[in-house]
Amino acid sequence: MSLLAARRPAGTGSVQERAADRRRGRTGYWLILPGFVFMLLFFVLPVFSLLATSLYTKPPGADIGQFAPALEFGNYVVVLQNYWPELLRSFAFALVATAAALLIGYPMAYLVAVRLRGRKLLQGILLVLIIAPFFTSFILRTQAWKQILADEGPVVQVLRALSLLPQDGRLTATAFAVVCGLTYNFLPFMTLPIYANLERLDTRLIEAGSDLYAGGFTTFRTVTLPLSMPGVLAGTLLTFIPASGDYVNAALLGNNQDTTMIGQVIDSRFFRVVDYPGAAALSFILMLAILVLVTLYVRRFGTKDLV
Amino acid sequence: MPKRLPEDPVLRRLVSAQLSRRNVLLGAGGLTLASLLAACGTSGSGKAADPGAKPAAAQDLSASQKEVNWANWTLYLDYDDKTGKYPSLEAFSKASGIKAGYAEDIDGNDTYFGKVQAQLAAGQDIGQDIITLTDWMAARLIRLGYTQELDRANIPNAANLLATLQKVDFDPGRTHSLTWQSGFAGIAWNKEAVPGGLRKVSDLWQPELKGRVEVLDEMRDTMGLLMLEDGVDIAGSWGSTEFDKALEVLNKQIADGQIRQVKGNSYKEDLISGDALAVICWSGDITQLNFEEGNKWEFAIPEAGCTLWSDNLMVPIGSPHKANAEAVMDYYYDPVNAATVAAYVNYISPVQGARAAMEKIDPSLVDNPLIFPSDEDLARAHVFRTLSADEETDFSDRFQQAIGN
Repeated sequence: MSLLAARRPAGTGSVQERAADRRRGRTGYWLILPGFVFMLLFFVLPVFSLLATSLYTKPPGADIGQFAPALEFGNYVVVLQNYWPELLRSFAFALVATAAALLIGYPMAYLVAVRLRGRKLLQGILLVLIIAPFFTSFILRTQAWKQILADEGPVVQVLRALSLLPQDGRLTATAFAVVCGLTYNFLPFMTLPIYANLERLDTRLIEAGSDLYAGGFTTFRTVTLPLSMPGVLAGTLLTFIPASGDYVNAALLGNNQDTTMIGQVIDSRFFRVVDYPGAAALSFILMLAILVLVTLYVRRFGTKDLV
Repeated sequence: MPKRLPEDPVLRRLVSAQLSRRNVLLGAGGLTLASLLAACGTSGSGKAADPGAKPAAAQDLSASQKEVNWANWTLYLDYDDKTGKYPSLEAFSKASGIKAGYAEDIDGNDTYFGKVQAQLAAGQDIGQDIITLTDWMAARLIRLGYTQELDRANIPNAANLLATLQKVDFDPGRTHSLTWQSGFAGIAWNKEAVPGGLRKVSDLWQPELKGRVEVLDEMRDTMGLLMLEDGVDIAGSWGSTEFDKALEVLNKQIADGQIRQVKGNSYKEDLISGDALAVICWSGDITQLNFEEGNKWEFAIPEAGCTLWSDNLMVPIGSPHKANAEAVMDYYYDPVNAATVAAYVNYISPVQGARAAMEKIDPSLVDNPLIFPSDEDLARAHVFRTLSADEETDFSDRFQQAIGN
């Protein structure tokens, strides 16, 4: 529509042409329809159902798994009182993992997208290597970590020999292992958006930077980084959001003391305790908290252009 | 950082969005709208609105539909790697003309319940005609009215059920369930690392094993063993006080770092990797591990006794093939077929006469105490009593909090 409109002054064109324009406009809406229906069925309705469930009560004498529809907002108070530490811990772990993934992923993306520009084969190989972990299951890879970091495994033995780890120290079943697992598992989600962005970086700008007597770091800070912010923003969101709701890493690499994440609590409330309202309330709180954090983040760091 | 953007429109487009602030805010608006609407009174969930209402059993179409579908746990029926089939079940289909489907669908009592509960509550067919669940979950399903009453006239072989398993508090007269296999939960250790072995559950708390002990996340097994250690008769009339006392022990050992992790089936990997040297575990797993990984571990019934659990065959309320399901049960209660299964799964067979039949199938297993336990061992094995609905919610809530969930 806008392209067509730009080609000729507004208000001109025959009646038939304008009717054709309208039809083309409607086609656009018809094309959105499947996506709209899909989201309605698989996102909006479940969210409704989740919200309704989170307000259910357990009537006296009800058996396990039996709840009555109600507006019991107290469910939210109870789960927040009981599980705020796990909620905070989830965000803290996700934050550290996101920062670590950014520190690891940005240079990787920069290397492939900027330094190796023009060397198609090498770029291709490295990109495949970045995506390669996805060829096997997420759970299996996390299990593999457990074997690599096991007490009798090579990593722990070497660290102990170097006295970097006390003799009875360990890596699995620790918070450190959980954060490492999160970082590792979500690293491609950080690297790929930054790569996609840096790939379009105009290297003449870097040249111009040095022409203007800016050092390598200054050029990076004032030219490359600001230009790549949309990629960084997308990468950090794609890492932080799933990481804060993740429970596989904490369940496999964590312990039962100080690594429980909110996803594990939701899982245990839902399946083990059969507290559907509590689990639903926690899920809703998690969704809202992520939404608020993401909104604040995008407001603070979103580029000016995107307002 | 974002303040100094290039003025050139081409460059500005370079900075353009994969994700804009507007998108995120729009999403937020959508959610708020959803919340508003829901607050206005949507109740879309499939949970029973009227507690106590029980679903009605489906009509039995077995006479016209010659099929039956069975949901079971993994590695729980004789399986032929080469053909990818279950020989004993194949033989059943051939003899009876009933097409038998078998799915290794159950990987946890809780998760399976979570998966099918809404359908069962509505009396719908879950696509399975036999489900196999542990005592306490069987108790819950029977109490909720999610299972069909069995017609024992169709299952004459059920008379072979071991006497010890005939009387269970959750299903008097065994009208809704029949035992599939049973097993013990006890203690096991790495023979190399713990040469002296372990005799009691409290031996797990010795300082040498700090951070190398794992216990089961199945409440009834871990708590059962801890309570037995305290001298509680777990099949008898204990209550909150006894539970709390055992829970304190668990809390302390987790807080002190003695217990490394509380786990389901995955404790086996930690035994293999060496992260766990001593565990509270299931008997059949250790037999299997020793077979696969070299004879490294030893299983024992603790001095104070162990727990005995059973998995039970039941017909879900919405199943239209009850008579076919009963035919399957009858088939596996034949001692020869029961022995065939026991030789493969290495758990306790509930069928009288299976031991005699085993002589012909695999004589080396006849004296295996984990498949055919002695009366002495059986006397030391206790069934965790069935909890009321309120107790179950309360205890599992506290257990989950103790293990950090």
